[in-house]
Amino acid sequence: MTYLNFTRGMVSALALVAAMTGTVGMAQAKTDIVVGMQLEPPHLDPTSAAAGAIDSVLYANVFEGLTRFGPDGSVNPGLAASWDISADGTVYTFKLHDGVTFHDGTTMDAEDVKFSLDRARAEDSVNAQKGLFAGITDVTVIDPLTVQVTLGAPNGSFLFNMAWGDAVIVAPESIENIKTNPVGTGAFKFDNWVQGDRIDIVKNPDYWGEPAKLDRATFKFISDPTAAFAAVMAEDVHAFAGFPAPENLPQFDADPRFQVLIGSTEGETILSTNNKQAPFDNIKVREALAHAIDRQAIIDGAMFGYGTPIGTHFAPHNPDYVDLTGNSAYDPEKAKALLAEAGFPDGFTTTLKLPPPSYARRGGEIIAAQLRAVGIETEISNLEWAQWLEQVFTGKDFGLTIVSHTEPMDIGIYANPDYYFQYDSAEFQKIMTDLTAATDPAARSALLKQAQEKISLDYVNGYLFQLAALSVANAKVMGLWKNAPTQATDLTAVYWAD
Amino acid sequence: MIRAALTNRSLVIGLALSLIFVGAALVSFVWVPQDVATLDIANKMKTPSAAHPLGTDHFGRDILSMIMVGARTSIAVAVVAVVIGMGLGVPLGLAAAARRGSLLDEVIMRGNDLVFAFPSLLIAIMITAVFGPSALNAIIAIGIFNIPVFARLTRGAALSLWTRDYVLAARVAGKGAVRISAEHILPNVTNLLIVQGTIQFSLGILAEAALSYVGLGAQPPVPSWGRMLADSQTMISLAPHMAIFPGMAILLTVLGLNLMGDGLRDLFDPRIRRDRR
Repeated sequence: MTYLNFTRGMVSALALVAAMTGTVGMAQAKTDIVVGMQLEPPHLDPTSAAAGAIDSVLYANVFEGLTRFGPDGSVNPGLAASWDISADGTVYTFKLHDGVTFHDGTTMDAEDVKFSLDRARAEDSVNAQKGLFAGITDVTVIDPLTVQVTLGAPNGSFLFNMAWGDAVIVAPESIENIKTNPVGTGAFKFDNWVQGDRIDIVKNPDYWGEPAKLDRATFKFISDPTAAFAAVMAEDVHAFAGFPAPENLPQFDADPRFQVLIGSTEGETILSTNNKQAPFDNIKVREALAHAIDRQAIIDGAMFGYGTPIGTHFAPHNPDYVDLTGNSAYDPEKAKALLAEAGFPDGFTTTLKLPPPSYARRGGEIIAAQLRAVGIETEISNLEWAQWLEQVFTGKDFGLTIVSHTEPMDIGIYANPDYYFQYDSAEFQKIMTDLTAATDPAARSALLKQAQEKISLDYVNGYLFQLAALSVANAKVMGLWKNAPTQATDLTAVYWAD
Repeated sequence: MIRAALTNRSLVIGLALSLIFVGAALVSFVWVPQDVATLDIANKMKTPSAAHPLGTDHFGRDILSMIMVGARTSIAVAVVAVVIGMGLGVPLGLAAAARRGSLLDEVIMRGNDLVFAFPSLLIAIMITAVFGPSALNAIIAIGIFNIPVFARLTRGAALSLWTRDYVLAARVAGKGAVRISAEHILPNVTNLLIVQGTIQFSLGILAEAALSYVGLGAQPPVPSWGRMLADSQTMISLAPHMAIFPGMAILLTVLGLNLMGDGLRDLFDPRIRRDRR
């Protein structure tokens, strides 16, 4: 037997073994998964839209940035293997991983990083989070695997910023069709999008890092909570990230077929108040509003107990969080007194515009009842997301609304006087400018606490609760994120237990 | 006639069911077991008990009280919608019949066909999409859908009446079309209109429930049967009573009104009654 024949024999023998094990494959773990989620992305370019649903599908799975978020919210190396920071904190030199290719076969190198960052910070950029790149003054390619980013001033959260889904690395070759055919560097490749139904991604065999354990994943979009419940119960979907009906969770928990994951999100759920609209331009009225709200009743009634009360716009699991719920303790009598002081002894009427999620719709009914108790009448209107974005977020035509701000570390939105709730405070804006410049951890922490206190005592919005991350999955699905430190459904480490 | 009415089983049962709900709605103005505007989250989704005969909903509100106040919404929407439909549909039908075959007749009846061809829910969604969801817009939407129903019915009945001798006599006496319609035609189609009104009333209640169910009808905090059903949807396995009781309320009211409509028709039209016996 020649060597060639021998190897051929071995190969066919192996193939036979493989075929045999294949037939008894029932015992083997599944390698595909169907993940349910409520919202479908409007398109598939995470670098040009604010829609969190895009990142929910693509972040970490298809697209990667220089750094990336871990399941606990920590910032870990991504496409950059390592980095050096100059002594003055303004020059970051990133060393990229070698042998990284995009899904279309082209190489990912320093030029692509420069292209991505320059594109995001350009004058005509449509990036939804341009602020992340605002400090960059120059991006220089040193060699194919080294890229140098120069900042105008030290920015303590630069590496954190680069981990956002809006800062992923894209290729100039594929940018034209990115909205329908996203080409990234991740452990999964985009395969197919049936609009209104699902998105398929498949394993990337040429992945540079730890390969995905699944061969195939499908994201199925089910907006109706009842349909979501039925789909999980019937095991049509194997996991549902962000399960929309908290009342059903105890039922899943009691069923041995399922596991319920309850974690934290970056979603500060707030009663957003139009600070420029009378009478909410009066701080006394806003303070009255804050004291009229019974947070626990909202958490129990709207979220069936899932959620942590907050007193400011900051995530309670963050080490710099300060519990300021005492500033706005439930006290209807005080609320009435404050309203009288502000010149509204008989209360007033305002609008309450509610987007579709149950925290808003149910929470809205509860808040309306609580406000009525102190004399504030609300006209509730239920809006779809598109209408909400148009009327409330863009048009600023609202008195009150309820929404969960799910971006991580987003207290900076209060420094933007044009943001939809229109809080304009020079003092707060200065705190944020100082924060960006500060690199010393202790100084940063102090400034963050100061910022939290400032907005809490200015009663900018009604601070309700931190949204809980509620996921249901088949009991055999392992490696899902329990917490949601960013909008992501990271499937790279997910596998089926035998 | 009274005796005939009392021996008509569908009429008696239908009337009784309808009166129960109208009564509940009226009573709710002066008394309800528990205020529906105040929430009691600690007592949410309680099964029926002495304190809450039909249990409580997901906000701890008393479901019996919600159904009583919700009856108000349903009845108000349905009544006004029928009034709109009759108020516009009947004169249109009379006019079309009086000028049979004329351009006016054509315009009215083809206009009616146009409205009739649209599903009522679609009209309602169009109206609420433009003017925003509210009970008032639901009333308008359902009312518009009622117009062609009454217009067609009136025209059909009036056409046969116009050939009667007493109408001919009135014309010979020099009465105009408007007067004849008002004095001779309208009184003779009233029976039909009452029967149809009852049916449209029950359809109005169903339509209001459907619109509220999809979030286009009465807005919270105004209680509505349709929205009670929508709210209970995801909790149906935890608290089935939240869905059963509003569902029963809709079912029984619509059943009652339909039986009443049947009974009234039997009463007004002796020929059908004889055939049935």
